[in-house]
Amino acid sequence: MTAFGKLIRTTAFRLTLVYLLLFALFAASLLAYFAWNTRRMITEQITTTVNTEIGEVTGIYDRRGLRLLFNTIQSRALRPGANLYLVTTPSGEAIAGNVGALAPGVMGTTGWSETAYRRMDEQDNAYHRALVNVTELSGGFRLLIGRDLEERRRLFGIVAKAAQWSILVVVVLGIGGGIFVARRVLQRIDAMTGTAQRIMAGDLSGRLPVGRSGDELDRLASNLNAMLERIEALMMGLKEVSDNIAHDLKTPLTRLRNRAEEALARSGSEADYRAALERTIEESDGLIRTFNALLMIARAESGQARGNMDDFDAADVAEGIHELYEPLAEDGGMTLRLKTAPAPLHGNRELIGQALANLVENAIKYGNPPEAKTAETKGAVVSLDARQILIDARLEGDQVLLSVSDHGPGIPESERKHAMERFVRLDSSRSLPGSGLGLSLASAVATLHNGELRLGDAHPGLVATLVIPARASERLAVQTPDVSQKVA
Amino acid sequence: MTATAQAVAPQMRILIIEDDRESADYLVKAFREVGYVADLAGDGEQGLAMAESGDYDVLVVDRMLPKRDGLSLIGALRDKGNRTPVLILSALGQVDDRIKGLRAGGDDYLPKPYSFAELLARVEVLSRRNVGPAEETTYRVGDLELDRLSHRVARGKDELTLQPREFRLLEYLMKHAGQVVTRTMLLENVWDYHFDPQTNVIDVHISRLRSKIDKGFERPLLHTIRGAGYMIRDGIR
Repeated sequence: MTAFGKLIRTTAFRLTLVYLLLFALFAASLLAYFAWNTRRMITEQITTTVNTEIGEVTGIYDRRGLRLLFNTIQSRALRPGANLYLVTTPSGEAIAGNVGALAPGVMGTTGWSETAYRRMDEQDNAYHRALVNVTELSGGFRLLIGRDLEERRRLFGIVAKAAQWSILVVVVLGIGGGIFVARRVLQRIDAMTGTAQRIMAGDLSGRLPVGRSGDELDRLASNLNAMLERIEALMMGLKEVSDNIAHDLKTPLTRLRNRAEEALARSGSEADYRAALERTIEESDGLIRTFNALLMIARAESGQARGNMDDFDAADVAEGIHELYEPLAEDGGMTLRLKTAPAPLHGNRELIGQALANLVENAIKYGNPPEAKTAETKGAVVSLDARQILIDARLEGDQVLLSVSDHGPGIPESERKHAMERFVRLDSSRSLPGSGLGLSLASAVATLHNGELRLGDAHPGLVATLVIPARASERLAVQTPDVSQKVA
Repeated sequence: MTATAQAVAPQMRILIIEDDRESADYLVKAFREVGYVADLAGDGEQGLAMAESGDYDVLVVDRMLPKRDGLSLIGALRDKGNRTPVLILSALGQVDDRIKGLRAGGDDYLPKPYSFAELLARVEVLSRRNVGPAEETTYRVGDLELDRLSHRVARGKDELTLQPREFRLLEYLMKHAGQVVTRTMLLENVWDYHFDPQTNVIDVHISRLRSKIDKGFERPLLHTIRGAGYMIRDGIR
């Protein structure tokens, strides 16, 4: 498409054309109204003058006779800028006046008519137009008095010219303005399109130019920029996840492959093969677990698990998880304590249980107090209390808090947000087994229940809390007694 | 009749309804190797016809099948009064998919990918329902005795004190004495959780239970089956 083609296809240009047409019509009708009224006014003026004169002249004729009529006509006809006068005999012969020639038949009919004429004293043969009135005088004489229409014509000419010019000016200004506006808009749209194309080509950091006028295009541009910001953040997240997937799934896959290859290459005993195969299965089980966890997170994050919610007490879930993990904690030289108060929830019991299980597993894995060395410098003794993990379920306001706290090294505040992301394993934990998905699953489950996962400081250690809105009916039930008391 | 008397029924008949040829062949071969009669149906319609006519102990049904999907197949079977235990195999492994499968009339649900050991263990447990009543009040394995009504457990002359959960764990193991019980089966049936623990949490419970029922006795009853799970049985079968 040519640049001009693009220009005239813009909305701004088309709108301009529509307005142009409207304004031209308006100007034309205004002028037409003006012209029409002027013409009527001039005609009225002529008829009034002529009628007055006819009255005067016929009066003279009636009272004084033909001679005086003749004299009156002749003297009036000679005045500069005089009206048109003509007196004819009953046989049609002109006897007085200043009309040299007339269109034929004009004198034959009485009353008003418009006609072509020529003045007697004019040298050129040009005919003019005039508005004339023919009156029958007694004795068969006829009197014609009229007025030249040149004035009216000239006025009409002026109006027509004005109309021409004004329409021309409107058109030129309109088209020019349209092109100007359209070009301005087009330039900005082109800039946006260019940026959009760059972004489509893969440069997600591109942003649309935003002017300072704050007009609709600027607002559109800044909104689009906000959208791009979000898309870029999501894409970065996705990229991070896929990088992590690449790393965290490829690494075990490589290990798996290497082991199989090694077992094949080395001609070992059947027992060797068996051991290699068993390790292969173990490794692939780990991979499957990671996949399952990823799918579960994706499910929870997309809200698909919402269909499977019911009412339950989070304290029961905490009890179940405590019971399940207590021996494991003890095996790791820790104590798993439980503190519960009724905590009514509406949600996916299974997912809440799994989220809590993940937090407990994390506490068992990472919640060991810092090494004795640190303890010594602080002059503290690593007591049994320090090796305690506490599961706490309670209702606080209208929120259910399910927390797991340990007295391990904790997570520095700056790293807490980062720790909840997928596959993130803080450097301190990289050497320990795990998928790096535990906290992100817990966080996704909390989000699914319109809550959140909060990581805090247990002084010392980490406290991870699932904060989830309590069951709505329970909140109502808490309020009801107050109402009934008032009624009572 | 005691639990030990119900050894794995010989010549168990299994119908596998699975459209992926390779995994179906693998399953048929694997089941035949452990001494089962295994038939194969490649789509939902054929599967339904075979399940209705054949006298199978267990049906292994893939959830997504050509012609008629797994859930509707199970629904049709149940509508006709066929109670053959069904194990659903599915790539959809989430909790709500499982619940949907069980609501449709399935008896167990195993997400893909699975290990054959897990599938075999579950199929054996399922088929037991078909074979005989498992609801005796007393389970016996060797000299270990569990009374389900009085919640008393004794080995020989020694009364054993078990925590409630340990009792339920032992109860489940003894109900399926002589059969392999996997860790996920224990987590599902004893704790009612359906997730994969990332840690060896079940093993710890088992070793606690083992220390109570086997420690100090000459013949261990609770065995670890490598790569599969656990089994309680009298040392000499």
